[in-house]
Amino acid sequence: MGAAHLTAWFAALAIFVLLWQFGEPISKWAFDYPKAWQIPLARWISDAMKWLVNEASFGLFTFTDLTRFIADIVNLPYRLALSLLSTGFLSGQGSSAVQILPPLSWIAVIAVVTLIGYHAGGRRLAAIVAICFGFLAVFGQWQSAMVTLASILVAVPLGVVGGLLLGIAAYRWPRFETALTPILDLMQTIPVFAYLVPILFLFGFGPTAAIVATLIYAMPPMTRITVMALRAVPSEFRDLGNMIGCTRRQMTWRVLVPSAKDSLMVGVNQVIMLSLNMVIIASMIGAGGLGFDVLAALRRLDIGAGLEAGLAIVALAIALDRLSQAYAARAGAPVAPASTGGLVARHPYTVAAVAVILVTGVAGLILPAVQTYPDALKLSTGSFWSNVVGWINVNFFDTFEAVKNAVLLNILIPFKRLLGGLPWLGVTGMLAFAGWRLGGLKLAAIVGVLAFLIAATGQWEKAMITTYLCGISVIFAALLGIPIGILSAERARLWSWVRVIIDTLQTLPSFVYLMPAVMLFRVGDFTAMIAVVAYSIAPAIRYTVHGLMKVDPRLIEAGRAMGCTPFQILTKIKLKLALPEIMLGLNQTIMFALSMLVITALVGTRDLGQEVYIALTKADTGRGLVAGFAVAFIAIIADRLISSGAARTKARLGLV
Amino acid sequence: MPLPAAPCGGFFLLSQTPQTGRMMTASEPKLICRNVWKVFGAGAGEFLGVKDADTSLASLSKAGLVGAVRDVNLEVHAGEIFVIMGLSGSGKSTLVRCLSRLVEPTSGEILFNGENLLAASESRMIEIRRHQMGMVFQHFALLPHMTVLANVAFPLEVQGVDRETREARAKKMIDLVGLSGKENFFPRELSGGQQQRVGIARSLSVEPELWFLDEPFSALDPLIRREMQDEFVRLQSVLKKTIVFITHDFDEAIRLADRIAIMKDGSIVQAGTPEDIVLNPATPYVAEFTRNVPKAKVVKVGSIMRAAKSASGTGATVRERATIAEAAPIFANVDRIGVIDSTGKPVGVLHRDDVVELMMRG
Repeated sequence: MGAAHLTAWFAALAIFVLLWQFGEPISKWAFDYPKAWQIPLARWISDAMKWLVNEASFGLFTFTDLTRFIADIVNLPYRLALSLLSTGFLSGQGSSAVQILPPLSWIAVIAVVTLIGYHAGGRRLAAIVAICFGFLAVFGQWQSAMVTLASILVAVPLGVVGGLLLGIAAYRWPRFETALTPILDLMQTIPVFAYLVPILFLFGFGPTAAIVATLIYAMPPMTRITVMALRAVPSEFRDLGNMIGCTRRQMTWRVLVPSAKDSLMVGVNQVIMLSLNMVIIASMIGAGGLGFDVLAALRRLDIGAGLEAGLAIVALAIALDRLSQAYAARAGAPVAPASTGGLVARHPYTVAAVAVILVTGVAGLILPAVQTYPDALKLSTGSFWSNVVGWINVNFFDTFEAVKNAVLLNILIPFKRLLGGLPWLGVTGMLAFAGWRLGGLKLAAIVGVLAFLIAATGQWEKAMITTYLCGISVIFAALLGIPIGILSAERARLWSWVRVIIDTLQTLPSFVYLMPAVMLFRVGDFTAMIAVVAYSIAPAIRYTVHGLMKVDPRLIEAGRAMGCTPFQILTKIKLKLALPEIMLGLNQTIMFALSMLVITALVGTRDLGQEVYIALTKADTGRGLVAGFAVAFIAIIADRLISSGAARTKARLGLV
Repeated sequence: MPLPAAPCGGFFLLSQTPQTGRMMTASEPKLICRNVWKVFGAGAGEFLGVKDADTSLASLSKAGLVGAVRDVNLEVHAGEIFVIMGLSGSGKSTLVRCLSRLVEPTSGEILFNGENLLAASESRMIEIRRHQMGMVFQHFALLPHMTVLANVAFPLEVQGVDRETREARAKKMIDLVGLSGKENFFPRELSGGQQQRVGIARSLSVEPELWFLDEPFSALDPLIRREMQDEFVRLQSVLKKTIVFITHDFDEAIRLADRIAIMKDGSIVQAGTPEDIVLNPATPYVAEFTRNVPKAKVVKVGSIMRAAKSASGTGATVRERATIAEAAPIFANVDRIGVIDSTGKPVGVLHRDDVVELMMRG
């Protein structure tokens, strides 16, 4: 089989090279997709959108009425959260509003989150959370941070409940799952900027639209985790439920969901982190808060201010992540039975929190410093950072510039030219061929059609730029990440450090990565690449380590007994068997790279991400969505090919 | 060795085991299973529906089907411990799930107190499972987020029994299995044996008539397993439930069973009392299991005594239901013992020679 396999690959490659090298004069259309054949998808989408917004009607009310109604409903809890954390309860409209009740004082908020931290994870976690929130107050990011926190407080419960319900429905009705899976795929791969525009049209500019966008972004992982978690419940639990005569509802809510709680909490953590990431991005459609500060600073190229806001996001991310992880870990541990006694004995935490809120509330009326963190005590490192960056640029400008230009001229630009010159027909054909060899005709059809659609909607050229940036970044991430992974897998102490670093890297919203890259290398492809590599290296490391650690220790022992050197054990046993896992890591790296690539449009790339971003600024639904679909298609093609490749390798190695 | 397929693969157990004339067989069967099939795969129903279909294992697998349970017939009587013994993959777990319709049988008839369960509606099944059946699982299936008390009370909670009543009942069950004082513990704080005690208490909390135990002791260490088997015998002597007990351990089956059915490839190879099976294994497959079982520990005095109107001679007597191993020490200084039945009436004489001969056979 091996020989036939190779021959087929060589034949396909030969045809591809022939077409590429000699095809241009004969068939120009195979290189540049003719304009006349283009599917005017962008126009169709824009028209459909116009129709939805202006004309679609359910008789009694229009579609827009419906979406605005939903927006109003979401707005209610948001207003409440915002009033509580930031603005206070107001009476009246606009600037004439009178504050009837102040918001929670900064001391009260810090006290409450510290109590939550203590409840979830003891003194250590309480200290971490207190420091993170204290940082927000001391560095003057309090107001913005509370606006961001308010959005998250609304988006997370909605995302968790929505994802849970969808997941349960998918678990219960396989047909619903079949219909839902491709939608989830799209929701997770379409760049977020692409659906900001239609959401703007439907839900209006403002925090509510941002929350809706956040839900779209954060719900799919919860749904997937719910389905997986419910499937993983041992069948004995289902038998138990049936045996004691549970109704369907009792089965779901009393048996399955509680048994799957540990895994579900992982999903909750995911929703929180993704919501934070998205709320930052959604500052572009009026979510305000920390994201807006970063964005504004980026636009002014005010490095110091941007970095401070970025660090505030990091602080918030770390606090929320550690809190939710602690609760996820607690879910497994038994809860102490409720002691009987007075109110204080039964609910010590609630009572303490209420007491702090009341005391600081009253004290705040007399002492303003209790209510809002005094300006005089605020620190700002903004100018310090600006100076540091200035100093670096003055002293190392030439070095950085030399590195940047060398990489650009020798690697980036040639690779970009190469990809740009490939015929779309040939690439589509090669992809379909690879799909056929790796996963059969169905995969070939999916991959081929998606690649063709990219060309047919006129996105080919930009898609190639995206592929080039993504490809280069992934190669760099793999070249750095896989060796780090190999080293860490062998050394427990190194791994414990590396793990802390990549865990932290992964909790940071993608926006944050832009700041240091822009500071040192200004705008352009190189900067984008640096940010993408930094963002996407974590999965490359993580999966390599997991793959190597998962290798059966008995095999390694057998290798040692045969007298293999450590290097032979690594190359001949460990890496071979870890290959499928490393491939999956690469897949994740590509997904991360693509999602970051779109964000880097802010630092001036020329790819699909930029197209989406331009469409966003012009509020052009069709243009944005078409480019967004193209990104999603690239992601899906890469994902499907690599996954089935990994599955094949796994089967070949007998690891299934 | 391929087994003969239906219809000769199954047995009516009642007709196979008359010779011991035990109390149980005289009562009404509680659960009757007639020609029960469970075949996995698309089109299984149609495949079996064809008259005189070739239902051998080979032709099933040729049709892409898997016959997990093949033409099983059995009767379980009120108050007996009926053990279904088979190795993994023999279909015993599927069979026990068919009996409560956790798994829907492909065809056949299951009569519980005379009612055909396969014709019962879903709501009727829920009713039956809630009030008349209980089940113990191999891996305990204790809900991790609930205390011992809440776990045991859970079947009652599902029925909508009020808190006070169900917790009182649960407490009683926890006492019964010897876990008093552990009510507020969580499952993961208990040892395996204790966890299974909770599982047993839970399955008994609804006071079921029919009690299924699916390999209840297989996940436990050998010493704990022994202890739990004794505990189980003690419980049954108090409760007198009708029990279907699944195991892959032949020794466990011999120890606990009133009657045993041995399964292989989805059908029952032999069914009968432990004694029957040990003395007369029906196939080489069954003989493999019985070979190492000391016969004296299984065979009852009643089986090898010689009939006699009165207990003659020495005055030493032994009960008909005692095993030979139990009777053997009495022969230290006599060579025949009188045998009496459970009411004390003399029924026969046990000769030393017969005992020695049996013990020589191993």
